[in-house]
Formats: sequence, structure tokens, C-alpha cells
Amino acid sequence: MINYLLKRLAYILVALFVIVTITFFLMRIAPGSPFASEKNFPPEITAQLNAQYGLDNPWYVQYKDYLVQTAKLDFGQSMKYKDRSTNDMISESFPVSLTLGIEAMLLAVGLGVLIGVVSALYHNKFPDYLATTIAVLGISVPSFILAGLLQYFIGLKLHWLPIGGWDGFKYSILPALAIAFTHMGFIAKLTRSSMLEQNHSEYVKMARAKGLGKWTTVFKHTLRNALLPVVTYLGPLTAGVVTGSFIVEQIFAIPGLGKYFVTSITNRDYTVIMGTTVFYSIILLFAVLLVDILYSVIDPRIKFKGAKKS
Amino acid sequence: MTQKIPVEKFNIVGIDNSKNDQLAKKSVSFWSEVWHRFSHNKLAIVGLIIITIVALMAIFVPWLSPYKYSDVLGNFNHPPSAKNWFGTDDLGRDVFTRVWYGARISLFIGLSAAIIDLIIGVAWGSIAGLAGGRVDDIMMRIADVLTAVPYLLVVIILLVVMQPGLLPMIIALSITGWVNMARIVRGEVLSIKNQEYVLAARTLGGRTGHLIMRHLVPNALGAIIVTMTLTIPSAIFTESFLSYIGLGVSQPQASWGTMASEGNNAIDTAPWRLIFPALFISVTIFAFNAIGDGLRDALDPKLRK
Repeated sequence: MINYLLKRLAYILVALFVIVTITFFLMRIAPGSPFASEKNFPPEITAQLNAQYGLDNPWYVQYKDYLVQTAKLDFGQSMKYKDRSTNDMISESFPVSLTLGIEAMLLAVGLGVLIGVVSALYHNKFPDYLATTIAVLGISVPSFILAGLLQYFIGLKLHWLPIGGWDGFKYSILPALAIAFTHMGFIAKLTRSSMLEQNHSEYVKMARAKGLGKWTTVFKHTLRNALLPVVTYLGPLTAGVVTGSFIVEQIFAIPGLGKYFVTSITNRDYTVIMGTTVFYSIILLFAVLLVDILYSVIDPRIKFKGAKKS
Repeated sequence: MTQKIPVEKFNIVGIDNSKNDQLAKKSVSFWSEVWHRFSHNKLAIVGLIIITIVALMAIFVPWLSPYKYSDVLGNFNHPPSAKNWFGTDDLGRDVFTRVWYGARISLFIGLSAAIIDLIIGVAWGSIAGLAGGRVDDIMMRIADVLTAVPYLLVVIILLVVMQPGLLPMIIALSITGWVNMARIVRGEVLSIKNQEYVLAARTLGGRTGHLIMRHLVPNALGAIIVTMTLTIPSAIFTESFLSYIGLGVSQPQASWGTMASEGNNAIDTAPWRLIFPALFISVTIFAFNAIGDGLRDALDPKLRK
């Protein structure tokens, strides 16, 4: 177990190093300067700005500085907004994104599993068709489209929920739903097919023969086995929730990290883009590791690859 | 109680030796069997019809529509009418025409991404699978590192560096997109390569290229086709996503993503500008997914009767 974890951690570090290096060199060759919007600078001021951000150093010095800074988790100053560091931005806006993300994940997993179970229990009957339709809709409609439609119909036409902003739970329902919907569809599909597979197995027949009710069998026996594919999906789900937040936060005017990321792309604010990318990568790599550990906790038949050899 | 039958009652019919090899029933080839199963899948057929319609409209829109995608008609934000079926946008351009021009871009990007993924993925996966050992290890570690970063993040970073446009978009989409295909092909190759006919081909002196093209690819074709069909909707989704955040094709070109993004800003005054592109993105993604699922069911040998 310890061996396995160390191996995985080393692997994460290598991946992070590659990511940091690639973003650094890509940003260096990127056209357009963050100072381009203020074109009429005298050359002295441009030189001064370059010196302040270390842009006048040769590339290997900049690269070394950047590596050292990133290792200290210091992502540098914004090039667009004076006196704002990327770290400030992250610590300010990430909690918002985290709240929204967790809410979206709970929605996706909860509703997805529920829909999947219902459609497997009523296989080829009306509830199955209804649930499958919802799942197919979920997979087909992209989050940003759904966000716009929810805003229009539920927010603007029906006035049920606010159409934007961030001021309490009420404000998070529509955006969380928009992010969660696609993943809910996938999870429902996964749950349905793996539940159907389990329903043919002996232990389910046995439980039913003992006289256990339909739903008791599901919750006591079938679901535990059927949920494994869903646990595998948690890794992609985290990635999906993060990238989903980019647009959805912007549509609903939520001051989260995703919104800042997209704004920094439009502004060509290179330090912020680099910092946020690295930050996102750290989160996602650890999320995948967490899912793998969780996976083996849930199903003891799965052995860690690294642990076998020791 | 046996009755004796006189010999005269028998006569020799004779054998037509030329018909020895003939089959009693017309043999059903693998692909016609696949088509048979596919055509019984209602959802997949609906998907096929939708894609055919969208593709035909995308190809023939210049002759079918009286307007061009960049034509400014002078009536701004007009709701759908007999003259402009899907209404007009804030610059007075016909939304109906723009939607079909958007279909061109989406389908073009989806198909080219799928084809590039196919070429790189099949080559990478089959070489890694065939070579095995250290080569396989290194090739697959490279693929692992490429997938460690989420796909959209890579694509976004690449598009920030290259100027937004059609070609950079396709490059960015395929730079990590092929990894999935490579994994699947490698898996197939690993399971195929130890079978007797591959050994036989090798003993007869077949070169690696020959092995890949003649034996491995045809046998892995099912998995490859399914992966390719499912790549297209994800490429279309990514394209509209990127266009939405302003990294896609530039004005006055129409893309479903940019149209939806502009439509979203005008949602209270001109909802049709969001609803039509939204409808077409969703329907197209749905149709490709349905075809992919149908193909997977049709090609799965476990379901063969």
C-alpha cells in the first residue's frame, strides 16, 4: 500500500513537472503581450514592466525562477490587474467553485444512480423508457446550452430561481444542475447496465427467493456491486465538473475560479493562465489518485498494482 | 414382415460433382449480419437519418438558401417568419442560413478530428501492442502523461498559443485525442497477436507493416469504428464549447458555439438565437452517440446468434 502510494505520488510529480514545463514554453511562444492593450507606452515603460515581471531575463533564468516559484505553490502576480496575485485570486474564488462543484457532483451521482436503478427495476416498461430518455437528453445537451435554457425558462419566464449571481443556496441550484446534467446521464446509463447485469446473477435470485422486497434487494445487495463502474467514473466526473464550471460560472455570473480562468484567457493574462492550469492539474491528479484508492477500499478483490510486487 | 422390393424399382440418379462445394443457403457475411442487427436498432436508425439530413443540408445550403451566412439583411433581431425561418440576429443575418453553415464547421471539425485520431491512434496502438516490452512501456507512459492533464485544459492552452481558427482547432483537438484510440487498438492487438494465424503469417515471413494492415487492423476494426463514431460527438461538443468561450472560428463565420454564445447574451429579447443553435448541437451529438451505441451493439460478437 505504502509502496503503491509512493509510486503514484512520484508519477504525479513527473506529470506535474511535464505540465509546468509545457505551459511555460507554450506561453513564451504565444503571440500578443498582456501589455498589448496599452499600446502607446514609451519604450522605457515597457522595459520597466518587463523588468518587473522578469521578462527581460534569458529564458533559462525565467524557467528556473518559474519552477522554483511553482514548487513553493506561488503562482505569481497577475499581468493585467496590478497588485493582484494568482494565489489571491485562487484563494478568493476557489471556495465558491468548490461549493458549486460538490453540489453538482452530489446531484450527478445521486440523481444518476436513482434514475439508473429505477430504469433497471422496471426494465422495458414505462419508467425505464422515461428514465432512459432523460439520460439520453442529459448526454446530448451540452452544459452551456442547458445553462442558457434554464436561465431563460426557469429564471426569466417562470421567476422560480434567480438567473445569476452568488448569494446563498438558491443561487447555486440552476448552475449546479447545468453542470451535473450531462454526468447524471452518463451515471444513469452506467448504473442501469450494470444493475441489469447483476440482476441475472445468482445472489439476486437468492435474495428474491428468500422473500426480500424489490427495493430491499437493491439497497442491500445489488447496488453495492453495481456501483463499481460508477466509482470509476468519479475521476472523469471531477474533470468534467471543473471544465463545466468554466462556462457555467460565466453564464450565471458566479465569482468562481472557472470564470477567472476564462477571463484570463480573453485578457491573455499569462501568469494567471499558467497558475490556474497548474492548480487545476494538481487537483485533478489527486482526485484520480483518491478515486483509485476508494475503488480498492470498496472492492477488496482489486489489488494495487505496485503492492503486488512487494 | 418385410416386403421385398424388386431391384427394378430403383434407378441410379447419379452425382453432379460440380455442385459438391455449393452451400445450401446463401452465406451471410459478417458485415451484412452487422447491418442486419444495426438496422433493427430504432434509435441508431433515427440517428443515421438525422445525420444524413444535417449533412445534406450542410452541403447544399448555398443553393437552398437565398442568403449567405454573412449577408446583412437590415432587419435586426426579427423573430422567425416566412422570410427568415429561424429569425435574424442582431446584425440582421439569417439564422437559418447560419445554422447550416455552422453545421458545415461542426461536421468538418468532427470528421477531421476523428480521422486524425484514427491514423495516429491506430499506428501508435498497434506498434506499441506488437512490439511489446520496453517500447510498449515507453509509448504507453507517454500516452499516460498526455491524459494526465484534462483534455479541455490542453486544448484551451494550445488555442491560446495558436491564434484561434479552424486549423489550430483541429490540431489542438487531435494532439491528445488520439490517446484513447491508441489504448483501445493496443488492447485489441494484445489479444489478437498471440493467435495462430498471426504466428502463421509471421512464420511465412510477413513484415510488421503487412501484419498490421492485413491481420490486426481488420480484426480490430469493430472497436476502431465504434471509437471513431464516438469521437465525433465529443469533438463537436469541444468545438462548440471553445467557440462559446471565444477560442473558435472568427466572425463573420458561423459556428454553433459562437451562435449559442451570442444568443445567450440576447436571451430576453431574441430567444430564438439561442434555441436554434442549441437544438442543432444537441440533436447532432445525440445522433452520433446513438449511431455509436448501435454500432457497438451490432459489432459485439457476444450478441452474435
